[in-house]
Amino acid sequence: MADRDTTPPRSDGAPSPAPLLVVRNLRVTLPTLGGDLHAVRGVDLSVRAGETFGIVGESGCGKSLTSLALMNLLPRHARRGADRIEFAGQDLQALGERQMGDLRGNSMSMVFQQPMSCLNPAYTIGNQLVSVFRRHRKVGRSEATERAVYLLDKVGITGGRRRLGQYPHQLSGGLRQRVMIAMALMCEPDLIIADEPTTALDVTIQAQILHLLAELQQEFGMSIILITHDLGIVARIANRVAVMYAGEFVEVGSVDQLYSDPRHPYTRGLFDCIPQPGKTPPGARLGFIPGIVPSLFGKTAGCAFATRCAKAGDACRDAPPWHGDADGHEVRCHFAGAGPNPTAAPPSQGT
Amino acid sequence: MGYFLKRLGLALLVALVVSVISFGALRISGDIATAIAGEGASSEDIEFTRKQHGLDRPLPIQYLDWLSHALQGDLGTSLYFRVPVAELIGDRLPISLALGCLALIFAVSLAVPLGVVAALKPNSIVDRLALWLAVVGQAMPTFWFALLMIVVFGAWLRWLPISGNESWKNFIMPAIALGYYATPAIMRLTRAGMIEVLGLDYIRTARAMGLRSGTVLFKHALRNAVIPVVSLTAVQFGFMLGGSIVIESIFSLHGAGHLAWISISRSDLPVVQGVVLVLALIYILLTLLADLLNAWLDPRLRIE
Repeated sequence: MADRDTTPPRSDGAPSPAPLLVVRNLRVTLPTLGGDLHAVRGVDLSVRAGETFGIVGESGCGKSLTSLALMNLLPRHARRGADRIEFAGQDLQALGERQMGDLRGNSMSMVFQQPMSCLNPAYTIGNQLVSVFRRHRKVGRSEATERAVYLLDKVGITGGRRRLGQYPHQLSGGLRQRVMIAMALMCEPDLIIADEPTTALDVTIQAQILHLLAELQQEFGMSIILITHDLGIVARIANRVAVMYAGEFVEVGSVDQLYSDPRHPYTRGLFDCIPQPGKTPPGARLGFIPGIVPSLFGKTAGCAFATRCAKAGDACRDAPPWHGDADGHEVRCHFAGAGPNPTAAPPSQGT
Repeated sequence: MGYFLKRLGLALLVALVVSVISFGALRISGDIATAIAGEGASSEDIEFTRKQHGLDRPLPIQYLDWLSHALQGDLGTSLYFRVPVAELIGDRLPISLALGCLALIFAVSLAVPLGVVAALKPNSIVDRLALWLAVVGQAMPTFWFALLMIVVFGAWLRWLPISGNESWKNFIMPAIALGYYATPAIMRLTRAGMIEVLGLDYIRTARAMGLRSGTVLFKHALRNAVIPVVSLTAVQFGFMLGGSIVIESIFSLHGAGHLAWISISRSDLPVVQGVVLVLALIYILLTLLADLLNAWLDPRLRIE
C-alpha cells in the first residue's frame, strides 16, 4: 500500500483526466442451441481515475455481461472479443488467467447483486476477508485481521473483531453487502465494479449502501463502474452515465447532460417511465416504451431501438452514427445530429 | 453443543428402537425354547429349557432382562459354538472393520477425485470415462468382479492370496471388490455437487477476488459439495460392514457378516440377534458421525 501514498490527493468531485480503463468494441457472444446470441455488441467505454461511471439499462441489455467481461469472469461458454481492453496501462486481453487473478480483488474488484448468496456459507467472514488480503499481500494473519477489522469499521460495521467470527447466515442482507464491499476494498483497488449493488436490498438500506459507496470513494479515491437499472441511483452517485440498450451503448454523457437533456429516444423513454419530482403531476399516467427488446440472435442491421421508436424512419435501417458534443455528451441516433435538438419536444408522447 | 446433544439424544432413541426390534425379531421367528432344546427333544425337555432360560416370563420382563445384560456386554451364549456371543463378535468384528475401512478408503479416494475432475469439465473425455467406470461398477455384480480378480491376480499372476485373513495382502482384493461397488454412487454425487456448487454466486465471488483456482476448487467448492457425499458414504460404510457376506464368503474372510450368515443357517439365534444389534448400533454411530461432520462442514446446519 506504500505506493499508493504517493498518489496526489484528489480534489472532491473533480476526477483526474487520465483514463484508468479504456475499452473499445467489446463484444460478448453466448453460443446457444438456437445460434449465437450477441449479448454485448461493440461497447466503447472509458473510465477516468476516481470517477463513477454508471451503466443504465433494462434487464437483459448486457450490462452485467459487460462487467463480467471486463473481469474476465464470463460464464464458461461465453466468448469475449474486443479491439482493446486496457486497464491502468495494461492490456487485459494479453493476460493469462493467473495474471488476471493477480489483478482481481487487488487492483480491480467487484461487488455483486446478490448479498445473500455471494459469501461462502462455510466460512466466517473473517476467514473470507483475510484470505482475500493474504492472496494479494505478503502479510501475516494478524496483520490481515487488523486490516479486516479496519475495513469493517469503514463500511459501518461496528464491533468488527466479534463480527469476524460470524458466518454469513448470521448477518442481514444489508450487513452482508457491507461485508462484500469491505472484501472488495481489502486491497484498495483502483476500480470497483458494482453490479446492481442495492437491487436486492430494502429501500432504506439501498440509500445507506449508496451513501457508503460514495463516501468510500471520497476516501479511497477508486473509480466505480455502477451498473443498475435504476436511473435514480445513477443520478445520486455517478459522474458520467451510459445508457445501454440491446447490447449497445446508445447515449453517454455526464449526469447533468443526460438528465437535463436526454437525446436518445430510448433514454427519453426511460425518463418518461419514472415520476419526476416537480414535473410529474400527481395522478398523471406514467409512460412506457411500447414493444419488446429485439432478438439478440444473429446480426442486427440498423438501429436496435428502431422497432420501438416513435421517430423511426428509413434512415434507421442503417447503423446510427455517434454524434458527440464538445463537452462529451454523445448519442447514437440518426436524428440527434441533425440540428441542435430536432426532437426536443418534452418527452410526453409515450402513451 | 446443543446440536450435538440433540443428535446424540436422537441416536440413543434410535438405538433403543433397534434393540426392541432386534429382541422382537427373534421372538417372532419361532419358538426359541424349541430351537435351544435341539432337534428331537421331547416336550418335557422343551418346557424345561423354557423355564431354565426364563422364556416363560412376560415379554417386557424378558426384554428388560435382555437389555440390562446387553448393556453390560452380555449378549447371551451361542447355541452352536457354546461360547458367549460377545466373544464371537469380538473375534469377527475387527475383520469386518478392517475390510470395511479399506474398502471405504479405496472407494472415497477413487470416487471423490474422479467426481471433481468430471465436474470440472462436464461431458469431456474424463467425464465420459468416469461415467463409464460408474456404469460398469454399478452393473457388475460384486461376486463376479471378485471372481474376476481372483482369476487374474490370484491364479494367473499369483500376486495376491485368494483366501484367509493372515496378512494385510488378504484384504486387498476383497476391499477393492467391496469398495468398487460403492464408488459409482459417491462419484456421481460428488460430480453433481461440484457442478452445482461451481455455478453458485460465492464461487464467482471467490474468483472475482482473485483467489487461486486451487483455493476456489478445494477450499470454497469441494467443502460445500461433499456435504451430501458424507451422508451417503456413512450409509455405504454401514453397508460394507454388514452386507459384505458375499465378499467375506468368497475370500474366506470370516468377519461379522459371515458369522451372521452361518448362524442364520444354523438357527443360532442369539448370535444373529447379537450381530444385528451390534451392526445396527455401528450404523447409528456412523450416521451420528456423518451428521457431526456435516455440521462442521456447513455451519448453517448447527442452528436449531
